[in-house]
Amino acid sequence: MGAATILDEAEIRRAVTRIAHEVLERNHGAAGVVLVGIAARGDDLARRLASEIERIEGTRPPVGVLDITFYRDDIGIRAEAPEVHETRIDFDINDRTAVLVDDVLFTGRTIRAALDALVDFGRPRAIQLAVLVDRGHRELPIRADYVGKNVPTRTGEQVRVCLKEVDGEDAVVVEEPGGPA
Amino acid sequence: MNKHLLSIHDVTAEDIVRILDTAESFREVGTRVIKKVPALRGRTVVNLFYENSTRTRISFELAAKRLSADVINFTTSGTSVAKGESLKDTALTLQAMGADAVVIRHSSSGSPLTLTKWVRGSVLNAGDGTHEHPTQALLDLYTMRDRLGRLEGLRVAIVGDVLHSRVARSLSFALVKMGADVTLVGPPTLIPPDAPSWGVAVSYDIDEVLPKLDVCYMLRVQRERQRQQYFPSVREYARLFGLTRGRVGLLPEGSMIMHPGPMNRGVEIDSDVADLPQAVMEEQVTNGIAIRMSLLYLLLGGRAEEVSADA
Repeated sequence: MGAATILDEAEIRRAVTRIAHEVLERNHGAAGVVLVGIAARGDDLARRLASEIERIEGTRPPVGVLDITFYRDDIGIRAEAPEVHETRIDFDINDRTAVLVDDVLFTGRTIRAALDALVDFGRPRAIQLAVLVDRGHRELPIRADYVGKNVPTRTGEQVRVCLKEVDGEDAVVVEEPGGPA
Repeated sequence: MNKHLLSIHDVTAEDIVRILDTAESFREVGTRVIKKVPALRGRTVVNLFYENSTRTRISFELAAKRLSADVINFTTSGTSVAKGESLKDTALTLQAMGADAVVIRHSSSGSPLTLTKWVRGSVLNAGDGTHEHPTQALLDLYTMRDRLGRLEGLRVAIVGDVLHSRVARSLSFALVKMGADVTLVGPPTLIPPDAPSWGVAVSYDIDEVLPKLDVCYMLRVQRERQRQQYFPSVREYARLFGLTRGRVGLLPEGSMIMHPGPMNRGVEIDSDVADLPQAVMEEQVTNGIAIRMSLLYLLLGGRAEEVSADA
């Protein structure tokens, strides 16, 4: 029983800064790059990433938020209709490089749903994936292009990402099964 | 949430907030180039319409299609119903086909409730007799909240043929549930005698009510439902209770004019009043799709229960 902090506030900040550099290096600058965060928390990370890119490069890429609820693959399995969040992509994604941003990469099913959701908005030139934590245990052939930290976990463990914007503090914590919620 | 939506009494104030909030997301879907999401793929929705209603039926049909559900339209003309099949046998047929939801409109009050005895899926009432029309009330609440930012404390008058109006009943119950102040306005013959027990006020003088409103909700004069003479003439009705150009001036700045459609222009509402910017009938139609998507999603988006095991 217990919780172990695997990233603290400073480490999250450095990870976001490094990912910002990697995005710029890989795409030869910020031109044509758009960020789409997956709700909840992916959108906050996407906004931080946009601020970092702006600090480094001088231009701020547009940031959208994507809710993947309507694209989930567990209809008929889940007990109740999951709660819906806001989707807002008020820019054109056609022929842009869309960087999907999420907090934790686990089974890959969320990303599968996000890919389906995103292509309903247009046809990006490329889609890349940035995550703060990759905890393994993929169930689909999906990998991230940018990773804040790779964290080996057991399936039952919970990886919890806290961000100031929603949780009041910045931390990534791994909890034992049955640990504090 | 309750499994069925037969009446506004099936939903709590909390449910209503959830339905309206979820509809917000579906309205965003309606603004996309691709207005369709796979949220209800593989589910079957049957529209069972015993009364003609093009707008409500196509609104439900579009809602189900935008959720990627399969839709079957079962109308009375040219079907087994025209050949004399009873509601029960129709219901059992739909049940055997594995319908996950049945949307029913019927001229007899209470038929949606009866239907729940024979089908295992969710039943949605799309208007039954003079009883209720809950999805209309919910889309009206959505439209009011969207424009005015709140429901609590809103001053709403529902004007016209309240007696025959399932819309007026559902809307009154829903507004009272959300803490709005409702006044029913119309000739005494068209105000139900039990109206005070709904928690609403009653007035027979529209001119006295109009200056104190946030929303003026005009009802259609339903001549097809009236079995006797409830007012001397249509012209007199229009003069006493119609929303004329002159009466619109009595409404406070920022108030809204609503109508569930189809309108009798020149009877309950003047033609040029219906085209004013504060008249939001087109928004009501657009929001109707989002509300019906929200309801179908919330009712069918969970586990299929016994339905799929049987199908």
